[in-house]
Amino acid sequence: MKALSQRRRHPLAAVALLLMGLLITGGLYMAAGSVNEAKAATGYSASDIEEGNKLFVANCATCHGLNAEGSADGPSLIGVGAAAVDFQVGTGRMPMQMQGPQAQAKPVQFDETQISQLSAFVASLGAGPAIPSEDMLDTSHGNSAAGGTVFRVNCAMCHNAAAAGGALTRGKFAPALAGVSEKHIYEAMITGPQNMPVFNDSNITPEEKRDVITFLKEIEAQGSPGGAKLGSLGPVAEGLFIWTGGLGIIIAFTIWLTSRPS
Amino acid sequence: MSTTTEYTPKTSTGRIANFVDQRVGGSIIVKEFGRKIFPDHWSFMFGEVALYTFVLLLISGTFLTFFFDPSMAHVIYNGSYNPLKGIGMSAAYSSSLDISFDVRGGLFMRQVHHWSAILFVAAVSVHMLRVFFTGAFRKPRELNWVVGGVLLILAMAAGFTGYSLPDDLLSGNGLRIIDGVMKSIPLVGTYLSLFLFGGEFPGTVIIPRLYSLHIMIVPAIILLMVALHLFMVVVHKHTQYPGPGRTNDNVVGFPVGPVYAAKAGGFFFIVFGIVAAISGLLTINPIWNYGPYDPSPVSAGTQPDWYIGFVDGALRLMPGMLGNFSFEWLVPLPWGTNTLTLNVLLPALVPAGIMFTIMFTWPWIESWITKDKREHHLLDRPRNAPFRTGMGVAGVVSYCVMWAAASSDLIATHFHVSLNDVTYWLRVLFVLGPILGFIVARRIALSLQRKDREIVLHGRETGIIEMTPEGTFSERHEALDAYKLHTLVNYEDRKVIPAQPNAAGHVSRSEKRRGALSKFFFEDRVAPVTPSELAALHAEHGHGPAEIEGSSTESIEK
Repeated sequence: MKALSQRRRHPLAAVALLLMGLLITGGLYMAAGSVNEAKAATGYSASDIEEGNKLFVANCATCHGLNAEGSADGPSLIGVGAAAVDFQVGTGRMPMQMQGPQAQAKPVQFDETQISQLSAFVASLGAGPAIPSEDMLDTSHGNSAAGGTVFRVNCAMCHNAAAAGGALTRGKFAPALAGVSEKHIYEAMITGPQNMPVFNDSNITPEEKRDVITFLKEIEAQGSPGGAKLGSLGPVAEGLFIWTGGLGIIIAFTIWLTSRPS
Repeated sequence: MSTTTEYTPKTSTGRIANFVDQRVGGSIIVKEFGRKIFPDHWSFMFGEVALYTFVLLLISGTFLTFFFDPSMAHVIYNGSYNPLKGIGMSAAYSSSLDISFDVRGGLFMRQVHHWSAILFVAAVSVHMLRVFFTGAFRKPRELNWVVGGVLLILAMAAGFTGYSLPDDLLSGNGLRIIDGVMKSIPLVGTYLSLFLFGGEFPGTVIIPRLYSLHIMIVPAIILLMVALHLFMVVVHKHTQYPGPGRTNDNVVGFPVGPVYAAKAGGFFFIVFGIVAAISGLLTINPIWNYGPYDPSPVSAGTQPDWYIGFVDGALRLMPGMLGNFSFEWLVPLPWGTNTLTLNVLLPALVPAGIMFTIMFTWPWIESWITKDKREHHLLDRPRNAPFRTGMGVAGVVSYCVMWAAASSDLIATHFHVSLNDVTYWLRVLFVLGPILGFIVARRIALSLQRKDREIVLHGRETGIIEMTPEGTFSERHEALDAYKLHTLVNYEDRKVIPAQPNAAGHVSRSEKRRGALSKFFFEDRVAPVTPSELAALHAEHGHGPAEIEGSSTESIEK
């Protein structure tokens, strides 16, 4: 420390201090920024955006407008971000098959590159949630028990405690979450597709989102410890089974027991 | 007795048996009970299913008590189920998870317990439906019908208290609804809730309290009622379906020893086997999915077990507002404003109240309308009591509409319809369904009676077409054998009994009401074929019951 204090009048001391300050500020900002935004590592090139624009005009503009400004048939896409496009197009919900209470998942229409180009175009229209980085989706770093708690408090009321899905009003529904990729679960949380609310990073932190994904993947992988799970739908499926299958078997036996050789 | 020569068996086993018999009187019991006759019919066996599943419940329940900790003390879960590791929960939930994952055979026993519970209530219900639709509740069995109804309520109580014990999210949500229903009762509701939960919901005492109800008080009363029920069955003798040789004064069937003892014993193990197979293959109440109870989250697909479903359904069907009319009333009282939440109170208590009141009083209602005070040991075929079948179907439809409403969300997702529309349609059906059910079921019963009459008078259609030498075609009808004929012509012929004056020559108002109901129920009826009718028909055709039908045939014969 003494050596350092002796050089405090050195001509380059101010420069060194400035550099140090900039480095710390920049470093902190980067750290903070990556936590809050979970930005994709790769940027989009101008050609991606251009190709995306062409795809957009050909496939999306009918409802969303030529400049994604929206119309009576579809909302404006300015500021929805790359994550929204990646989710909607990547799960086949967009382009929409038909107008209805909500867009339904169907076979995906575009390949990876095209989806990325579309995302690039929409992301270029205004700042919005980006596609999450691999790190945020790595379930080996997640905690399924913590994720389960977050899931039950925030998600289970629509998606069911076992993520088997549930009904919403007027034909809308929360889908089952088995078989949905980590990336799409994450994107759904940050963009709030269809009737889902947005769970931004201050509401559920990226780490908690990763925990939720870990929980979902773990209960999906573990199967059902008690035998066939009857759709994880709860007591209704159980009651339906006992009144049909269960009583059916019992009645078959009662008829057998009271039958007489003829 | 001792003056006569004492019987001494030759073998030592015989001597021991004789020793015991002389002191216990086993042979007297066997002599009496072993010769008891029970009629044979598959529909008579649901009561047995109920009894056997109850035995299964006692056995599996005892196993569970060895490992379950009915305490709401806060613990950190550290068992084998990874997605809940390190989570704070009650000791009750933690021990339920341990039973499921860390006790050998625990999950299987838990599933046996739960599957036999819902099968138990289902068997009780089907048994009661059988008794109702065949008129087995008539004199002298009215009180046993009431005991059966009490058993149904006790079965529901046993089920619900058990459903609430694991203290997972699902059971806690169920308790919250009970709490809400209790609080909607005017004046005393809040106090009732505070007494039950030992303070504000959920408190720390509800699980131990439900536990003592579930494992001790409710099963003890059920056992008592089962004993009473079976005792009355033995005293009254079993009913039987009408048939040749079966009268109100006999019972046609097999004796308990050895036939029924063997059959019933075997059937117990069949039921046991079926429940075990179901429990081994199908999950029931996967408590690990729901997580520990926390008053804030409510999972989608939160439903009670099926037997409480109709109350949940009624709650779901009830509108909070009807146009501008609100069902939530604010009642100004001297000490302030009290809330009367009719939108909770009405659906929670009224449909169940009406259902159970009609169910318990039906034997008396029916005998009042029909003025039938005789003993009945022969059952009705449901078609031969169209009024009762209609009423029963109306009740079943009303129950099923509420039942369906409890799964309105699953109907919406699985049939891709709007949840709101499901509710609207079920509301319409709640009003119209029972009326339509009554009309349709009664018409079907009457039509079946007419069909029976037709078969008696004209025989069975054989499908054989005959050509006469003149070239006319007709179908051969085959006469019924005496056994079938007996079943089709021997039934209770209920007629309208108009309001009658009493001794003073005055027609009382209640008698007028009875007369109106009698007219409503029995105005349309199909009379059984009388022997004279049958004889007249045979005489006309000049031969036995076998005949050839067709207009040309008539002309040939004449």
